[in-house]
Amino acid sequence: MTPIDYYIHLDNIHLKAAIYIVLAPLLGGLLAGIDRKLSARMQGRIGPPILQPFYDVLKLFQKEKIIVNKFQNFNVILFFVFMIFTGSLFFLGGDLLLVIFALTLAGVFFALAGFSVNSPYCHLGAERELIQMMSYDPMIILVAVGMYLVTGTFRVDAIALYDKPLILFLPGVFLGYLHVLTIKLRKSPFDLSMSAHAHQELVSGLKTEFSGTTLAMIEIGHWYENVLLLGIIYLFFSFNSAVGVAAMLLLYFLEIVIDNTNARFKWELTFKSTWVVTALFGAANIIILYFAIRP
Amino acid sequence: MFLRKSPWIIHYDATSCNGCDIEVVASLTPLYDLERFGIINMGNPKHADIFVVTGSVNPSSSAVVRNIYDQMPNPKVVVAVGICATSGGIFRECYNVLGGIDKVIPVDVYVPGCAARPESIIDGIVKALDILEQRSREFKKLRVESQRQEKKLRRYRLND
Ligand code: SF4
Repeated sequence: MTPIDYYIHLDNIHLKAAIYIVLAPLLGGLLAGIDRKLSARMQGRIGPPILQPFYDVLKLFQKEKIIVNKFQNFNVILFFVFMIFTGSLFFLGGDLLLVIFALTLAGVFFALAGFSVNSPYCHLGAERELIQMMSYDPMIILVAVGMYLVTGTFRVDAIALYDKPLILFLPGVFLGYLHVLTIKLRKSPFDLSMSAHAHQELVSGLKTEFSGTTLAMIEIGHWYENVLLLGIIYLFFSFNSAVGVAAMLLLYFLEIVIDNTNARFKWELTFKSTWVVTALFGAANIIILYFAIRP
Repeated sequence: MFLRKSPWIIHYDATSCNGCDIEVVASLTPLYDLERFGIINMGNPKHADIFVVTGSVNPSSSAVVRNIYDQMPNPKVVVAVGICATSGGIFRECYNVLGGIDKVIPVDVYVPGCAARPESIIDGIVKALDILEQRSREFKKLRVESQRQEKKLRRYRLND
């Protein structure tokens, strides 16, 4: 029995939530560190140590807090809380639809944080963040719909215990999800709203006005989010936990390769390409599935 | 303690001839790879710990230099790169040049050279880390002290 199977079968939900809340940021930070190291190697550099993201965040806690107005931090705290809430819902085996709505809510608070300050760069980043949300949300909902059509339930724990490989039923949905995963992980070509590499055009985008502890919270919130996104990949391969973990790691590696081999898209192209992919792969997959499984 | 492991820099070109800028950017390339020390070029004063300035200051850039410096959260250090930034260099006598960066903001590390070589820039930034660390300790002491004062004021209801 692998640790993941053990976790799924755990009965005590308090313990389950505690494991998630403690382990997710550690895992997320480690993934971010590996990401930076691999990116550096792909560019022919040595790269920072694997624990670099943790150093960054711990440093931010030591810095002075510069607060422009009080709504700024309020929104970031709400983003952080809802991100943990979303992840906990998912890892406690809750309703997949609810998870997606809570995820959207967290995203909205994040964009609001950008709009709550006066910096034009923040506003630009927040606008782009909203455009990104408009692009990826339909596809993420289709993921839930597709899983429901196959398994007959929206509950994550039931989907995780489904014995047939979901990927065989939902290959199109999976491809669509991979496309939006690049947006959600904030990788090139879709790192429009707050990339550190875009600093000539929009400074740090949405994050521009945030410093110290608040910035650290944004970072940790994203680690939680990344773990959740990888968890959704796992659902596609949940018939066998070893295959699931292998798929998660492989696809994360693929995202790093994509990140390092693509230039940034304009927002129009991001929007159009995502909706085309959603219609072409996601919706088509659902329609075919619907007619195939109709009695 | 963690400041020396993850210093983020902001780079500003005050009135440089662009020679030193190229060298600063060169030290971020794969050959010199500043990121192995955890150093990232942030381009955002609110996220930065180290302010790397190249070139001398003139009346129009001095306001910008001061503005960037003021926007950086404490603890912070300033590294002046190139002989222009340290003293004004060959442009010292020009009618529009005020002098080195230290005419406007306090400078902690001076990196000479025209243009400063990437090796010496990296050396300067690594030197700045020690100062940053010391600043951070002072800053922490200051913060504790200010909190204590605030509490005292609140006790006597003096803050309103
Ligand atoms: S020190 Fe030399 S290279 Fe650097 S800005 Fe001055 S003149 Fe240019």
